[in-house]
Amino acid sequence: MGKFLVRRLLNYVVLIFLATSFAYLLAATNLYPRGYFEQMQPPPTPEAVNAQLDALNLNDQTPLAQRYVTWLTGVVQGDFGQTIQGRDVTDQVWLKAGVTLRLITVATILGSFLGIAIGAYAAVRQYRRFDKAATVASFVVLAIPTVVIALSVQIGATAINGALGFQLFLFSGEYSAGFRGEWWELLLNRLHHAILPTFVLAVALFAAFARYQRNMMLDVLGADFVRTAMAKGLTRRKALLKHALRTALIPTITYFTFTFGLMVAGATFTEKIYGWHGMGAWLIDSISQQDVHVVAAVSCFMAVTIMIASFLSDILYAWLDPRVRV
Amino acid sequence: MSVETIETAETTEVRPGDETPVLEVTDLTVTFRGLNGNPDVHAVRGVGYSVRRGEVLGIVGESGSGKSVSSMAAMGLLPDHAVITGSVKLHGEEILGLDDRAMAARRGKVISMVFQDPLSGLTPVYTVGDQLAEAVLVHNPRLPKEQARKRAVHLLDLVGIPNPEGRYRSFPHEFSGGMRQRVMIAMAMANDPDVIICDEPTTALDVTIQAQILDLLRTAREETGAAIVMITHDLGVVAGFVDRVLVMYAGRPVEMGGVDEIYYGSRMPYTMGLLGAVPRMDLERQGALVPIKGTPPSLSDLPPGCPFAPRCPIVRPECSLAEPDLLPVGGQPSAETIEEVHGHTDDTSATGVRDTGVQRVACIRSGEIADRGWTAQDIYPVPDIPEVPVADVRREDRAEMLRVEGLTKHHPLTKGAVFKRRVGTVYAVDGIDFDIREGETLALVGESGCGKSTTLMEIMGLERPQAGSITVMGHDTASLGKTDRFALRRDMQIVFQDPMSSLDPRMPVFDIIAEPLRTHRFSQADTTRRVYELIELVGLNPEHATRFPSEFSGGQRQRIGIARALALEPKLLVLDEPVSALDVSIQAGVVNLLEELQARLGLSYLFVAHDLSVVRHIADRVAVMYLGRIVEIGDTESVYTKPAHPYTQALLSAIPIPDPERERARTHIVLDGDLPSPANPPSGCRFRTRCQKFITLSEPEQERCMSVEPSLDATNGGDQAAACHFAERQRVL
Repeated sequence: MGKFLVRRLLNYVVLIFLATSFAYLLAATNLYPRGYFEQMQPPPTPEAVNAQLDALNLNDQTPLAQRYVTWLTGVVQGDFGQTIQGRDVTDQVWLKAGVTLRLITVATILGSFLGIAIGAYAAVRQYRRFDKAATVASFVVLAIPTVVIALSVQIGATAINGALGFQLFLFSGEYSAGFRGEWWELLLNRLHHAILPTFVLAVALFAAFARYQRNMMLDVLGADFVRTAMAKGLTRRKALLKHALRTALIPTITYFTFTFGLMVAGATFTEKIYGWHGMGAWLIDSISQQDVHVVAAVSCFMAVTIMIASFLSDILYAWLDPRVRV
Repeated sequence: MSVETIETAETTEVRPGDETPVLEVTDLTVTFRGLNGNPDVHAVRGVGYSVRRGEVLGIVGESGSGKSVSSMAAMGLLPDHAVITGSVKLHGEEILGLDDRAMAARRGKVISMVFQDPLSGLTPVYTVGDQLAEAVLVHNPRLPKEQARKRAVHLLDLVGIPNPEGRYRSFPHEFSGGMRQRVMIAMAMANDPDVIICDEPTTALDVTIQAQILDLLRTAREETGAAIVMITHDLGVVAGFVDRVLVMYAGRPVEMGGVDEIYYGSRMPYTMGLLGAVPRMDLERQGALVPIKGTPPSLSDLPPGCPFAPRCPIVRPECSLAEPDLLPVGGQPSAETIEEVHGHTDDTSATGVRDTGVQRVACIRSGEIADRGWTAQDIYPVPDIPEVPVADVRREDRAEMLRVEGLTKHHPLTKGAVFKRRVGTVYAVDGIDFDIREGETLALVGESGCGKSTTLMEIMGLERPQAGSITVMGHDTASLGKTDRFALRRDMQIVFQDPMSSLDPRMPVFDIIAEPLRTHRFSQADTTRRVYELIELVGLNPEHATRFPSEFSGGQRQRIGIARALALEPKLLVLDEPVSALDVSIQAGVVNLLEELQARLGLSYLFVAHDLSVVRHIADRVAVMYLGRIVEIGDTESVYTKPAHPYTQALLSAIPIPDPERERARTHIVLDGDLPSPANPPSGCRFRTRCQKFITLSEPEQERCMSVEPSLDATNGGDQAAACHFAERQRVL
């Protein structure tokens, strides 16, 4: 088992390396940092631009391979280079990763738990009112892109705030600017700001999980072992929870890995719309600023989070299913 | 609340001389409401029976007769949308309509159940021991975990799981089917229940394992003193095991009585047909089987009157007026009365069906059948099957259709994803020889995993085997070119086991049968003519040609499969368990068809089966396989009457015969354990680890079994040969 996980981990390291390298190469060949400096006012001299680009290792006159090696040498030592404004990327990564991770983690836990619970219950009540409502709800959510959900929720929140006459929902920023108070007031303030974006992210995840878990649960509902459990004296409820749901969770765990990618992409838009300064918002800004190193760093971060998610689901899978433990 | 009721149940149980039946079912009906405008399905329509302590009741019926549903209803295991009426009394207390919690307190405690499929019956994610302990704990929540564990280990030991302490921590997938069924039985015994319902407990198992499980169920009954309700379609299992029999058809009991009364004096045409349809392993020359025409009626659209009337050979007009009640033999109303009652009122609902203990029959002609002493052969038209034309020619003089010599198929066991390395070998088929002559049927028998299907696939592949040779009608497959191989396929065709999945559901019957013809470039006109000829030949109607497989019953589908196999006029037909998925009454028709086709077309059959009764009926010669080797081969009669190899003897002895008196008088040889893994066969004789003879031998003799692999030697100077150092021809039937 341990050996299996170590092998998996090695695979992941290779994958992260490849993903980040490709992201760097793509960004380095397609973004145009020279343009960023040339359109400055007053226009700098070509020599000054070249000097700037050389200092940042962004000069398109240097061969790509050479730039890549320089960048990679830095990355291996934990240095992702500098932003186009000349600040250290690595420092910023730590700052912004925290913001994104908070959002993603809470939303993932909330969304998947809710999805699994609702999906499983919908399966038990197949074709009844609850099932139909859950099906409609999840399909509506699945059919709408996260951007639209995020914006609709924002508009809805504005309307509610307007009707109530005070700010029930906050939808801009991670905390109120210039807020001063005790640590718990600060925490409350942050939580207050986190409600809407977390909800937006969780709701998309919930929909995917609810559909999937419902199908998995339906497969085991009629299973012989559930009948066996009831025949030995468990109530239907207990047999469903302890035997059916437990078994139906196994395939959902693998599914978790796939949805996590969706989640990270969803977080990009949500951060941007709700004014959170996380990784996603940073990525979008950096593309418009032709910032090659930030694009590569954010890609690396995303690859790492997705790999961590699949590593976790590997462990969970082995824990849940004795048949793969060898 | 639920605890109280259990206590009352226990007090009634200990009263001495208690005559209340442990389980009494009266007039039980189960209806599944049709969703989205579909008609309701009347799965059970008035079942009544009662069982007392230590008594065994057999419920017999074909698939869809409502036998499982009625017992699931008694256990409270049916889904919510099933509408159940009638009465189910446990120790005289009504349990139908109790809520799930009250039922759960009784399930597994007072009434427990063993299900059909042990492979899917255990939750894959918990250890076997924990699942057993759960059965104990759920009824004694205050019992310490350690004691529940001890009880579980004890139970595992009781049902014959070797090394129960260690096996407690095994997961279900680490157990074989037979061992899982033992665990299921242990679970059913866990709280010393008063009734154990066994729903086809041995259907999914091999015969030697079936014998073990039946033995175990006898032990369970002695151990717990419980009443047993044995649900099965196998008339052999019932004969030796039960005291009374209830025969069900289309959701209703059609005959009920003591086991001898039913087997020797059935008064219901359906039961008589069923008993006549079973191939008998113990009879020398049985003649054609009794086929029951047609198929069971749909439970959502029953014909008026007796549900068996459309299939009954002695049907009368009044049969379709009203459904006959289950009444004592000769106690049915006369035809006039039925007509009179029918004229006055439309109320045809049966009076309460309850168990009275005497033989009762739901047939208005039961008295007549009893008076005239009719048997199945008297009332059913039995087809006259002609002799095979070459039957008079000596075997040695007939043309050779197939010869297999030293055929070997080893599968490598590999490990690793990128760098595969061989870590072992599965010896699926390990050097077998046999031949088939013109007009002859050779049956390849053996338990699952013995290599019989692999042998078939190797032969059907027409490729060069890993070792040995396959010669089809004089052509060595190793030397065949692509065109020769294609041409040779015309002479050798196959019929598969599962008629549901071996036909393309999106093709009409015409196209299915025409496919081989089109592949071999028959002209359109020839194809059409031939397809209709074949449809006729296998006993289907021409208008069936445009229908799809889903519109047919299992037996009809198998006929379609046979028609497809016959399309190219092959000389050799390979039959891979062709009737094992069919009900007895349907199976008889297909077996008769196969025999008739052989006689009319002069076919040779290679017949693979695990059902030795069917083999006895259809085969001329038998080859018994064990772990990739043939252990005994010979003409059917010699092998069945005087088997020489201990494995053949055990196999034949393990099969229950549908004759209560003979079955009760027999002693079965019950083999220990499961088939060893074909990846790691025992040294010397492969059967020695389970051999009943091995343990009786002296040490030097045992040494020989362990070190020298026996060769297949003639045992009677003739055709029969066995691979045993100490072969001894013995009667076991």
